[in-house]
Amino acid sequence: MSYIKKPKIIRENALRNKLGMTLTDYEGVMSTLCAGCGHDSITGAIIQTVFDLNIEPHRLIKLSGIGCSSKTPAYFASQSHGFNSVHGRMPSVATGAHSANSELFCIGVSGDGDTLSIGMGQFTHAIRRNLNMLYVIENNGVYGLTKGQFSASADVGSTAKKGAPNVQIPIDPCQVAISIGATFVARSFSGDKDQLVPLLKAGLMHRGFAMLDVISPCVTFNDHEGSTKSYLSTRESKREALYTDYIEPFSEIEVDYDQGSSIEVDLHEGGKVILRKAEKEFSPLNKSDSIRIIREAADEGEMLTGLLYIDENTPDFTEMENTVKKPLNEIPFGDLCPGSKTLTSLQKNYK
Amino acid sequence: MSKPSHNNFTVKFANVNGTGSSSANGMFMKSIFRMGIPVVGKNYFPSNIQGLPTWYEIRASEKGYLSPSGTVDIMVAMNAQTYAEDLASVEPGGYLIYDSSWPRKELMTREDVTVLGVPLARICNEKFDTARSRTLMKNTAYVGVLAALLDMDVAVIEQLLLDTFGAKKHLIDANKIALDMGFDYAKENFKCPLSFSAQTTNKTDGHIIIDGNATAALGCVFAGATVGSWYPITPSTSLMDAFSGYCQSLRKDKETEKNNYSIIQAEDELAAIGMALGAGWNGARSFTPTSGPGISLMGEFLGFGYYAEIPTVVFDVQRTGPSTGMPTRTQQCDIMACAYASHGDTKHVCLYPANPEEAFYLSTEAFNLAEQLQTPVFVLSDLDIGMNDWMVKDLEWEDGYEPKRGKVLGKEELDEMETFYRYLDVDGDGITYRTIPGRHPKGAYFTRGSGHNRLGGYTENASDYQDVVDRLLVKWETAKTLVPQPEISYSKKNKIGIISIGSCNDAIRETRDVLKKQGQALNYLRVKAFPFNDKVETFITQHEQVFVIEQNRDGQLHHMLITETNADPKKLKSLRFYNGIPIFAKDIIQQIEEEINSGKAA
Repeated sequence: MSYIKKPKIIRENALRNKLGMTLTDYEGVMSTLCAGCGHDSITGAIIQTVFDLNIEPHRLIKLSGIGCSSKTPAYFASQSHGFNSVHGRMPSVATGAHSANSELFCIGVSGDGDTLSIGMGQFTHAIRRNLNMLYVIENNGVYGLTKGQFSASADVGSTAKKGAPNVQIPIDPCQVAISIGATFVARSFSGDKDQLVPLLKAGLMHRGFAMLDVISPCVTFNDHEGSTKSYLSTRESKREALYTDYIEPFSEIEVDYDQGSSIEVDLHEGGKVILRKAEKEFSPLNKSDSIRIIREAADEGEMLTGLLYIDENTPDFTEMENTVKKPLNEIPFGDLCPGSKTLTSLQKNYK
Repeated sequence: MSKPSHNNFTVKFANVNGTGSSSANGMFMKSIFRMGIPVVGKNYFPSNIQGLPTWYEIRASEKGYLSPSGTVDIMVAMNAQTYAEDLASVEPGGYLIYDSSWPRKELMTREDVTVLGVPLARICNEKFDTARSRTLMKNTAYVGVLAALLDMDVAVIEQLLLDTFGAKKHLIDANKIALDMGFDYAKENFKCPLSFSAQTTNKTDGHIIIDGNATAALGCVFAGATVGSWYPITPSTSLMDAFSGYCQSLRKDKETEKNNYSIIQAEDELAAIGMALGAGWNGARSFTPTSGPGISLMGEFLGFGYYAEIPTVVFDVQRTGPSTGMPTRTQQCDIMACAYASHGDTKHVCLYPANPEEAFYLSTEAFNLAEQLQTPVFVLSDLDIGMNDWMVKDLEWEDGYEPKRGKVLGKEELDEMETFYRYLDVDGDGITYRTIPGRHPKGAYFTRGSGHNRLGGYTENASDYQDVVDRLLVKWETAKTLVPQPEISYSKKNKIGIISIGSCNDAIRETRDVLKKQGQALNYLRVKAFPFNDKVETFITQHEQVFVIEQNRDGQLHHMLITETNADPKKLKSLRFYNGIPIFAKDIIQQIEEEINSGKAA
């Protein structure tokens, strides 16, 4: 059960990050998801990410909505404040929490039902605000907890466990996000940690709304023949548009990058990404390009992965709103309350 | 309800919305106020931008009654569409002023009403060049007519023009001309003053004229609220507009000139409450203003806030329901919807201001209670309080004021602690300790709306679940000791009492004064908060009969008194006023007299 704390056994020679913490320190309670669930792999990748980025756990908040995916914040970073909110409404909670203190790292975990159906409104408006957070969609094409109904990301023709095909057009979170102005859009696969971890890191260090759509097969309800979101089908259809490396601040670049086909983008919160192009005539800095190649791949039955779009220049929510940088929740009361003299003088307008 | 007399009269303006009448009507009201005469303005406006009928009613009253009088002594009938009904609503012996620029074939009149024709359009068309100024100055001209008829102090009006328009000399001049034209026309053509007039006195010293959305917003500023989220909805919109306005001048960071507040216009009310809860959870004082439909949309999150124990403040500026109802009319129809908002066993702390003055103080108090009790707290205002102009006492502030932030663990306490558990009732009052994210490595906990045990862990265990929801009842008992006490006026001699709520207060004050003169004194209790405390039950017990007066169809307060106290329900008689017009004494007196005369009351 998820309230059972995992026994923390830390070996003496365990790898430690710059804060002296081990990977185990960034774990959470025991997962209650099905054995083999893609979501658990994503949880592992998030743990690796915050460990590698040397994030102090109490400077991270983790939020979610409702569903299998939304249970996962309990399974990582137990020393961080967590918030498992209501179905489809995590973005609003994140917006309020961010407003109170914009200095904290914020990871939101959602699913395809939580984001693309009940939460579509809040998802899109968090994008419009360019809220500074990493938003991870653990996308399996089905409702797991209610036993296997199609979600809005299910492909046309993909079959349910009992064989009935989906007939409604899927919503692609990447295309939606890019078209309405998301400033960091990536897609990955729960089974590809090498790709996933750098994307998570870059997303977290990006200033603004970073959306990461991670195909994460549901072993119980959507991992059969005929499903387009099974492990097998995802492995076969995924094609990497860009190879993404995250480079920490002040670190030497050890790999030789071909200047002609690679792009470097400095990230606002630290470090940079180096993107090596696999696709010709494609720039992840150009919205139209990004949407075009996603659509072209989809027409070929392929699913494009990697960092598909990035814009590091658009102001984030705090800047748009001209809010002070320091946390609002730490401003002394004396600076917030105008006091009796002001109250008296402003009432002259009402005399 | 009685004949008009000096400083006791009601003037009603029938206008077309979008014609700029509100500033002239406001000028008339404020001039009366500055002459020292207590006054109140009630705006009956359509849910529309331009072209529909709108009325503004101004009541002057020596005793400072702030509910409508229920009568019209002078009707300024500027809207031909509504002329017939406007004429019909004038009291016998009253007056009607209309624009006589274009002769009408048949002007409807009444024998018992004096109809005064003033060629407002004609005189303004002669004097002013543009269509807009001709329209606007007609309004100022009728203020001049009233000034003559009511023998008003013209110097007061002129000073008000200076204060209002400041450096805009052309506006001051134009208004002055229009005012004089109206004034002179009335002096030349009518018998001035009337038998009742406005006479300078000093009964408004130490008072202001303000609406309750502005004072509630001021409460948010003074309480130190930093995050406000909202979705526009009448009649609550002007609360956030006011908060924004005050913040622009009072809440800029001294060094950077940046905002030390965040106002978020949400995509809907579902998001607005989510934002308020997110900010409250993260240690900011947060709030969201809305009205009935917004409360319905917020339902799920409100239950979350109750169960996960997150402070925030929700302002419900109530309007007429059900459904879209009449968005620009008042009612007290969300009393139950707020008290028990959301699915599952939920109940919420609610505060009920009676007027804009209380809206200020209860607004600041709501932020304290929300953090002390770690729960969403409602402030139930209504359109009458929120959007109408009331005369209230000057607002005061104690500079030694310290906000009550409740049980929040600081650095030192967490340093000394082995392990922090969010939902452990250490003090036995049902209120547990919380931590603010980002402040201390030991402070982490997991917030969830799913079943949780006292340690904050997920649970589906029967007794662990029940342990927490039962503890919330202990907290509810503690809430009774913290919320504002009811206001009680009691004499042992009186066997009949009134219990009421919110904006009914002034009509009841007037009702009691009138009935007392007639030999029928009534005791009075006004609930200021839910949960009710013991005094409410005691009050019912002390009386043979208690009238429960409120502004909704179903007697929601009446129901709650029955279910939430052990008092004898047979003693309670529900009197309800719910047509969208603010409650007034004339109607209450009639109903109480009927009850008493029919022998149903003691």
